[in-house]
Amino acid sequence: MFDLSPAEWTAVLLSLRIALVATAFALPFGIAIGWLLARKEFWGKTLLDGLLYLPLVLPPVVTGYLLLISFGKKGPIGAFLADHFGIVFSFRWTGAALSCGIMGFPLMVRPIRLALEAIDRRLEEAAGTLGAGRFLVFLTITLPLALPGIIAGAVLCFARALGEFGATITFVSNIPGETQTISAAIYTLMQIPGGDAAAGRLVLFAIILALAALVVSEWFARRAGMRVQGN
Amino acid sequence: MLAVDVEKEFGTFKLAVRFEAAGGVTALFGPSGAGKTTIVNMIAGLVPPDRGSIVLGDKVLFDAAAGINVPPHRRHIGYVFQEDRLFPHLSVRQNLDYGRRMSGLLRNPNDFARIVALLDIGHLLERRPRLLSGGERQRVAVGRALLMRPGLLLLDEPLASLDAGRKREILPYLVRLRDDARVPMVYVSHTAAELRRIASKVVRLDAGRVVAAGGLELLDATALDELE
Repeated sequence: MFDLSPAEWTAVLLSLRIALVATAFALPFGIAIGWLLARKEFWGKTLLDGLLYLPLVLPPVVTGYLLLISFGKKGPIGAFLADHFGIVFSFRWTGAALSCGIMGFPLMVRPIRLALEAIDRRLEEAAGTLGAGRFLVFLTITLPLALPGIIAGAVLCFARALGEFGATITFVSNIPGETQTISAAIYTLMQIPGGDAAAGRLVLFAIILALAALVVSEWFARRAGMRVQGN
Repeated sequence: MLAVDVEKEFGTFKLAVRFEAAGGVTALFGPSGAGKTTIVNMIAGLVPPDRGSIVLGDKVLFDAAAGINVPPHRRHIGYVFQEDRLFPHLSVRQNLDYGRRMSGLLRNPNDFARIVALLDIGHLLERRPRLLSGGERQRVAVGRALLMRPGLLLLDEPLASLDAGRKREILPYLVRLRDDARVPMVYVSHTAAELRRIASKVVRLDAGRVVAAGGLELLDATALDELE
């Protein structure tokens, strides 16, 4: 059952790498935006809140198209990054990570924001009187207390990234070994006569990966929750 | 020596107080709503006054006219809140160590052992705050504030959240603290009996003003009746 062909393994490993990189890069931004929304009042907050959920409600093809015209080789951001930093997104696995990160971002921010809103601010005040400046308070009190929400957000983003299809295939196409994730590989196999068996194997693998991610995250979240509650 | 001379307005409530506190325990005594907690929050730097100044020793902590407002984490003032406010994700030992670590002070095992013994919390060090009784938690909170080696210790109704039995349990520790630790304290309470045990000087407050300052005689029953 698990004797995947080398090409299928490539797709599985690529999916994992893309999802991990997408989650890792999205996390600092997710914490920063979650903190802004939870703690600060500023002009345009409602707008930011709305923009944030756009990838969730837009058709993924539209998000992929927008990424293509802005982060593509000729897009304003894509051209700038390529010329000045040598970072290229179009038709690369990095582009797939970018689109997966953006698609997963709203799911990541929400639990982080809720966790930050639930923190007892008086504990931060107490930490201040004990000599901790604002950044140290954030590092030693706020962040550890928000950890269950941060884990939940990261897992949701990872799961979304693992299954992302529409935006990714629109933005970086479906290139074996570079941008062909599990979803894209299944889609390709289904177009080929006799590809059903291979597609079935990948489908099974996708289910196993998703379940494993759920179990691991549940375990992490429980541990972090217990820590925060002081057991 | 602490010199407080501050004013602040909240809507229709106007707070304007002026008092000094030397060594020993200065009690801020008065009915609820007199502005006691606001005053200690100002001393700690958590609430900025509208006008006036706060000076501790030779250090100006707040001066509205000169635009000085030292942030709480640079004031080196210990604060024991009404609720213990222990950090739930840290052990008792880590809670006790927090102030020292954040202030960048070196570990001082003697100091630690002395305060742990003084408050009788040695058997709790590896536990989490959630598993302690109310009285134990408040003792740890006192230890945590002391171990940052503060120049002044603020205690805002530290017994208010405890039942009568726990109050009797913890008060002797606070008296010991006054006699052994030699940290000047500002102690907020509306209970005369409690202050009679611990205070060395009394500042009586009502409706945002100092109505009298002096010795323990300000705590007698008639004075309390006038306040309530």
